[in-house]
Amino acid sequence: MGTTDVATETDAHGGEEGGLVFHPLDQFIVEPLFGDGPIHWYTITNVTLWMALAVLCIFGLLVLGTSRRATIPSRLQSVAELAYGFVHKMVEDVTGKEGLKYFPYIFTLFLFIVFANFLGLIPTSFATTSHIAVTAVLALAVFLTVSVLGFVLNGAKFLSLFWVSSAPLALRPILAIIELISYFVRPVSHSIRLGGNIMAGHAVMKVFAGFAAIAAVAPLSVVAITAIYGLEVLVSFIQAYVFTILTCVYLRDALHPHH
Amino acid sequence: MEGDIASMGQFIGAGLAGIGSGAAAIGVGHVAGNFLAGALRNPSAAASQTATLFIGIAFAEALGIFSFLVALLLMFAV
Repeated sequence: MGTTDVATETDAHGGEEGGLVFHPLDQFIVEPLFGDGPIHWYTITNVTLWMALAVLCIFGLLVLGTSRRATIPSRLQSVAELAYGFVHKMVEDVTGKEGLKYFPYIFTLFLFIVFANFLGLIPTSFATTSHIAVTAVLALAVFLTVSVLGFVLNGAKFLSLFWVSSAPLALRPILAIIELISYFVRPVSHSIRLGGNIMAGHAVMKVFAGFAAIAAVAPLSVVAITAIYGLEVLVSFIQAYVFTILTCVYLRDALHPHH
Repeated sequence: MEGDIASMGQFIGAGLAGIGSGAAAIGVGHVAGNFLAGALRNPSAAASQTATLFIGIAFAEALGIFSFLVALLLMFAV
């Protein structure tokens, strides 16, 4: 689904009578920051701006948080250490000791998604992780890394991931097909889970914001937005957690392909 | 006239796709409810299984998100 398609369709729907004041999906339109020319890969858009801000925030948190290295940590240092310890424990619990070699990649993924999600929650900002184009790149990177890693570390034995040796022999070919399909659907569900959750949450907030224009239900809509915002803060974190932990699960399959 | 029927089909289809969200809600509730039932029987084992809980919730929820995506595709991409 191209973003430009959404933009033109939005105009068509906005012209109808009896709709909301604004379209709930208007917030996801990619626009260039300077001028309004065509968008190339090097054009600075609102997406790239908020992605860069997410990276800057992570950079600031980790560099400022660890520069002092006080015995009694400051608040920033506590947050940095907490995030590090949280992801470190997750990788160790799910993939085991040998998975810790890949901890930097997983930590980077977690911090980027969590910061992109939280920055997207700031009013009038842009939720970069709501675009499936963004999450698909993250998920495809994980998928390719894990697949290549599985073959490099295990060779042809990696294919035993699809050959369920604990099942009866007659069932194994059928199970192999199912396992193969589920393996290739991984990047799809991995990316759409994150993108869809964030997009749906932001769209729901905008729908309730549209109801605020009707005076009779305005107070109710304000209360509803507040409640949903709280839920979205939770969802932002949980989705980053889920994305990371699924990466760990896929990594474990690559390290130990035997069922 | 033909266009009207086609767009009516789009809206009906998008509405029907909403059933998927409800089904995903049942699934997520099932996972969380069973986890809680098990956790209350054996609280000492609960902490080590929260990762499994979230993975289970994520798998159930993803299918609901797929139905949301189908609705969006019907509304804007068809």
